[in-house]
Amino acid sequence: MTQISVRVDGASYSDDVEPRTLLVHYLREQLGKVGTVVGCDTSNCGACTVHLDGEAVKSCTVFAVQADGSEVTTIEGISQNGTLHPMQKAFHEMHGLQCGFCTPGMIMASIDLVNDNPDPSEDEVREGIEGNLCRCTGYQNIVRAVQQAAGEMHGRAASGTSHESPAVVDTAAAPHVAVQS
Amino acid sequence: MIPAPFAYARPSTIDEALQAVASGGEDVKILAGGQSLIPVMRLRLAAPETVVDLTRVAELRGVREEGDAIVVGAMTTHSDVLSDPLIARYAPLIAEATETVADRQVRHRGTFGGALAHADPAGDLPAVALALDAEFVVAGLEGRRTVPAADFFVDYLTTALQEGELLVEIRIPKREGWGMHYEKFNRVAQAWSIVAVAAAVRMEGGRIAEARIGLTNMGPTPLRASAVEEALTGAEATGEAIAAAAEHAADGTTPSSDLNAQADYRQHLAQVLTRRAVTAAAGL
Repeated sequence: MTQISVRVDGASYSDDVEPRTLLVHYLREQLGKVGTVVGCDTSNCGACTVHLDGEAVKSCTVFAVQADGSEVTTIEGISQNGTLHPMQKAFHEMHGLQCGFCTPGMIMASIDLVNDNPDPSEDEVREGIEGNLCRCTGYQNIVRAVQQAAGEMHGRAASGTSHESPAVVDTAAAPHVAVQS
Repeated sequence: MIPAPFAYARPSTIDEALQAVASGGEDVKILAGGQSLIPVMRLRLAAPETVVDLTRVAELRGVREEGDAIVVGAMTTHSDVLSDPLIARYAPLIAEATETVADRQVRHRGTFGGALAHADPAGDLPAVALALDAEFVVAGLEGRRTVPAADFFVDYLTTALQEGELLVEIRIPKREGWGMHYEKFNRVAQAWSIVAVAAAVRMEGGRIAEARIGLTNMGPTPLRASAVEEALTGAEATGEAIAAAAEHAADGTTPSSDLNAQADYRQHLAQVLTRRAVTAAAGL
């Protein structure tokens, strides 16, 4: 066992961990931060993305001991006083999720992207979240959400490339998914 | 999956790291960014007795200028490489290839030296290092030695690094004013190269005075496309001349066949991608 001290979502923790413990397992099982999920367990899907000292990383591909002395931010730590982070709000408003499993990682990766690139084009968003897979394939609205949040995070109204509403669902193609009114 | 148990060492200097490797027992693995090693350990394809984590060895990070070369610390992350002004000026090929490595999360952790020491044939940086005539500075308990790129990559996942040695830094000759381009073919959901080509050319007037071409995933190690380089040297920088030279890109190669591509398809890709890479590098 190795002792680590780490700040997670603004709170300090000191814990004993086995060196082989992955950061995602430490977060979920020792701290109860189950908002961060394990998707593929092979470093592909990005569902477990958190910020380590301000940078997005895949927490299934970092050992907990490597976070010793560091600051970790998870999806559970980005809202403030009950107000959603602009990225969370945009995913909500733009319907940037279907089953929602990829959402914590999508949001954490997208915040990291927008920190580096305040006004990403559609292509830049798609490239920027290449490390996150949505197996519902709900990418259209995810991209829209990221662009809307980028505008809000950097004090702009929706730019020309942003959309003001989620994609229109073509219910004719799937009549059983009739829109509820 | 969860890796098998191991002893963990976290040195803060190169000397401490070498001591930790020497005293770590039979099976020691060096953890750089961990973006290849940790997945392999999770699958238990590796179950080292000791892991020596270089993350806190500050002297292994950063890029500096040294005479006619730039020197990249082995633990410099891909993200840091992408924003480095010396690399942008003297070896933009490295940044261009690094941008295609995995995804932003992996590039935050993964390191330049780690990717080279791992020597995955589908990895992008080995062919770039080879094309740019990089030199690898390797430290051991007895001192340091320098290995040219042509001798560093020995076989599949195998380098000239001996047991107990550490890759410390990589020296890259400055090539200011050269045209460079990295042309890669991969599946979108997977950043591993099926084939890729690293090209650097020095133009003189309308001619190609010198050319350096590295091939990714055309064999167990990165390769130089020597026949293409010879054909390009002194050639006019025209689409026809470049296309004719690029036809030699697969000469002497024996690429593998796997679920992404058959060997003959890889040889075809090498020619097409070489033509594109050289054309872009020459600014056509």
